[in-house]
Amino acid sequence: MAVAKSIRTKPNLTIRQGDFALSTRIDQVGVEERASRFTKRSIKNDAKENGLKLVLNMIDLTTLEGKDTDGKVKQLCYKAMHPHDALADIPTVAAICVYPSMVKVAKKALGDSGIKVASVATAFPSGQAPRDIKIRDTKYAVNEGADEVDMVISRGKFHAGEYNFVFDEIASIKEACGDARLKVILETGELGTFDKVRRASDIAMHAGADFIKTSTGKIAPAATMPVTLVMLEAIRDFYYKTGKMIGMKPAGGISRSKLALHYLVMVKEVLGEDWMSNEWFRFGASSLANDVLMQLMKLKTGQYQSANYFSVD
Amino acid sequence: MEKEIKKSSLKVSENGLEKTVSSKRLEVLKTYKIYIGGQFPRTESGRYYQPVSASGKILANVCLSSRKDFRDAVVSARGAVSGWSGRAAFNRSQILYRMAEMLEGRKAQFIDELIQQDATKAKAEKEVNLAIDRLIYYAGWCDKFQQLFSAVNPVASSHFNFSVPEPTGVVSIIAPQGDSLLGLVSVIAPVIAGGNTCVVLASETKPLCAVTFAEVLNSSDLPGGVVNILTGKPAELASWFVDHMDVNATIYCENNSETKKMIREKSAMNLKRITFYDKINWYTNEGESPYFIMDTQEIKTTWHPVENIAGAGGGY
Amino acid sequence: MAKAIAKKKPLAKKSNTIKLNFDTSWEYAPAPESKSAATINKQYDLFINGEWQQPSSKKYFDTINPATEEKLSEVADANAADVDKAVKAARNAYDKVWKKMPAKERAKYIFRIARIMQEKARELAIVETLDGGKPIKESRDFDVPTAANHLFYYAGWADKLEYAFPNRRTEPLGVAGQITPWNFPLLMAAWKIAPALATGNTVVLKPAETTPLTTLKLAEIIQEADLPPGVVNIITGAGETGAAIVNHADVNKIAFTGSTNVGKIIQRAIAGTNKKATLELGGKAANIIFEDAPIDQAVEGVVNAIFFNQGHVCCAGSRLYVQESVAKEVIRKLRDRMQSLIVGDPMDKNTDIGAINSREQLNIIQKYIAIGKKEGAEMYESSCALPSKGFWCRPTIFSNVAQSNRIAQEEIFGPVLSILTFRTDDEVIEKANNSPYGLSAGVWTDKGSKIFNMTKRMRAGVVWANTFNKFDPTSPFGGYKESGFGREGGLHGLLPYLKLIN
Repeated sequence: MAVAKSIRTKPNLTIRQGDFALSTRIDQVGVEERASRFTKRSIKNDAKENGLKLVLNMIDLTTLEGKDTDGKVKQLCYKAMHPHDALADIPTVAAICVYPSMVKVAKKALGDSGIKVASVATAFPSGQAPRDIKIRDTKYAVNEGADEVDMVISRGKFHAGEYNFVFDEIASIKEACGDARLKVILETGELGTFDKVRRASDIAMHAGADFIKTSTGKIAPAATMPVTLVMLEAIRDFYYKTGKMIGMKPAGGISRSKLALHYLVMVKEVLGEDWMSNEWFRFGASSLANDVLMQLMKLKTGQYQSANYFSVD
Repeated sequence: MEKEIKKSSLKVSENGLEKTVSSKRLEVLKTYKIYIGGQFPRTESGRYYQPVSASGKILANVCLSSRKDFRDAVVSARGAVSGWSGRAAFNRSQILYRMAEMLEGRKAQFIDELIQQDATKAKAEKEVNLAIDRLIYYAGWCDKFQQLFSAVNPVASSHFNFSVPEPTGVVSIIAPQGDSLLGLVSVIAPVIAGGNTCVVLASETKPLCAVTFAEVLNSSDLPGGVVNILTGKPAELASWFVDHMDVNATIYCENNSETKKMIREKSAMNLKRITFYDKINWYTNEGESPYFIMDTQEIKTTWHPVENIAGAGGGY
Repeated sequence: MAKAIAKKKPLAKKSNTIKLNFDTSWEYAPAPESKSAATINKQYDLFINGEWQQPSSKKYFDTINPATEEKLSEVADANAADVDKAVKAARNAYDKVWKKMPAKERAKYIFRIARIMQEKARELAIVETLDGGKPIKESRDFDVPTAANHLFYYAGWADKLEYAFPNRRTEPLGVAGQITPWNFPLLMAAWKIAPALATGNTVVLKPAETTPLTTLKLAEIIQEADLPPGVVNIITGAGETGAAIVNHADVNKIAFTGSTNVGKIIQRAIAGTNKKATLELGGKAANIIFEDAPIDQAVEGVVNAIFFNQGHVCCAGSRLYVQESVAKEVIRKLRDRMQSLIVGDPMDKNTDIGAINSREQLNIIQKYIAIGKKEGAEMYESSCALPSKGFWCRPTIFSNVAQSNRIAQEEIFGPVLSILTFRTDDEVIEKANNSPYGLSAGVWTDKGSKIFNMTKRMRAGVVWANTFNKFDPTSPFGGYKESGFGREGGLHGLLPYLKLIN
């Protein structure tokens, strides 16, 4: 079977626009109840340590600011490779997530560490640009060496019911990505209902997304457990239908280890073992890594930790 | 038999109610039949009995209903439940009012029958008037008691939750033996006002008004099967009234402790709802209230989630 | 430098092998609640007239932990003489104290009991789980808080009864004899005691013989709250003790929650008396999923409907009706969901499904599973391992079930679901109502008008639309048909304990 990365996904012509309007309905209260049930799992001892390491290894360490510089990105890359040298036997993060103009710097800094470089593209974060500009933006990032592209969907068109537009745009960006894996950001905070989150997830997956991602981090609310659950269930249903695995990336708003472990529980219990790696699940976060490290240090030493002992970048 | 009829017609004229009866014309007597499914069949058993007035006069040949008549009546009543309970409460209200109108129109006949059954004229008039007014009273309740006994329950979770009364289904009623019209109307009206259907056993000794009341029902737009009226002996039929597995509730209006015990014991078979009205004075306000309607209602509680987009804080 | 972990995974699979994999490399470590946070006496006497009294039989019986089969304590076996003592105490308290007490004061006692119950919530949850086998998560998050909330709710009614029934005054009935089941021992005790006390009645209550401990703990709380002696009497024993309460001539009201069979026996036993009764009995609830339902929430609703409290729930959604067009999808999702249910030690905070309450109940469940197989239904059970000691049953579903199958008609009272399919609205209504029971029902559809059609036509006392197994002190609960009569909870839960005076 072909490897997903090299699949040039063609739009699935059997899916008509009307079908997306008929995406599975979501009951908000039911989703929230289910999501809160994952938070009742008690994660202790070995489970906690293993879980925290897995979380660390799933992080897309992110800087997406207007004031980003080479210097900032280089420091972040060092942090990605050496999260906390006082702790032996901990993994690196999964990737660094930056603007296209920072890809080259990051790529060089990370060298052969195995850590991926993800680049946002397509007129991030608003997506308010013509398609050719979005395609050029994407190609630029890929040419600079991005392993992964995080695009945003056109939420305005989506709300206007122009699902074919949204679908075609994702498909054309996927085309532009080449071998880079495509993460499609739905910006769930702008979608308004879980029904629309589900619909946007379905469009993105059918149009060729390798990952679906909640948020840019620029809009509140960003990732929540309920919205992530809706997307995980969309991924599961797509998998049931096609046999194709799609990755999931909640981004923004996850800064505490405990919450990250709840997400991990959710992935494990909704999608199972096969999704429990950074190949298929990522956290888009900047401050989560240090909280995880502090918890790991606490497990090792038995002492509660202070932020002063953990490098910010 | 012929002798009896003569005597009877004589009695009528003595009462002064039928002064125009000509001695040349033979009076046409009414056949008192039972009322099942909107029809007036005779009892399938072919049996009859002869209730007598205090003076020993035979009132009529009245159907001595059998358990099979009861069974047929329950089938009719069951068949009428979904249509009757599904009608708009307003429509039920209109029909109960129509029943009152029809009863008003046939007042004289009811007074006559009550007098035959030993009432004084004054008492008979009072009973008929009260029966009419009672129907109007319950006609008014049809679309109101639900508002009084419903609730929107402020549950602590994100759900809309409400409780409403619903009819229990088929009700078997052993009507008051004494107040043969007012008692009958007072027990039937709340049962059907609430959307139930019923099978009623009329007063054994004073059955005339019950059958005539069936004729009122039959001309009142009340769908067939909603009220079924049998005549006969409670001693024979009571156990069948509470034995039937397709009856949801039983109302008993006498104070026979043995019968009451039997009813409650038998009700356990399918957990019928049991109500005893043994100390009610139907002539007073005590004899009418929406609580009588509630005696044959169930409370249904419905839950549904409520989206809370704005206030949830967590996510949406 | 830290290592980047890259797990190699198959990226795409042939459609005939598409299956989620719930074997896991990341197990949750045991997270047991601590037994030492609760005190259980070696022996419990009868709580009569505010004191702990030895049973006149001098006999005690064991109560065990169904998860380990270890003895937890022994409790007194009350006989008819003890019942008589308890009823006399209740009568005396009713006549001399409780009936005369200003309603506002009565309310404050009930509030106080509720508060102490909250303070001791952790201990109560532990004891409930040890004695009954239910997951600590459920006793902690549902049973105990809901019980306390129930007392809070009814406490506030005590001095407001004149507002509850238009144009009527109210009077208490007198002494209420109350018999509770083993599936929600503390919660059912609260459901019984709270409205009884608020309306001015006094109480003799008997918990189920397999799960008496939290009710005895409640007796301790009542004692600590300084409730006047005799207002609540708690006596333990089995069926004979219950019969003695039901048959006692000076009891005015019987409130019973339990099986339909025993409910019928009670109804017969009180024939010829003036005792009022509330019976909350069995059920075989239909839970209906339409093709336009929010399927994932419906599947979760099904799990909650049948696996909550090991399926020991009278209103459990034990008959699942799925519209044929989505039946495959629903069953597939249900099976996958069942794989992530954790069955095992009820004291572990991660346990979803605990122990079956007793060996007797386990035998009943196993009997029905055998019947289901024999009837030709297709059985699926989750693949979890079961502990070697104790009473256990894997979550189990039967598909291809026929309406005429016994597993679709009779109450199993365990984690066993029967799945049937249907095509049209009318068909499913007819099938859903085709049962002597009528306690609860569920419907899942995104279409509002269909919800109201279904919820109206289903003959059941509680109907959940797009949710299931929700309870609240303000919400009346009780059945149609052979599921019993009378309501518990809410405004409607007051009436069974009152006389209305014109």
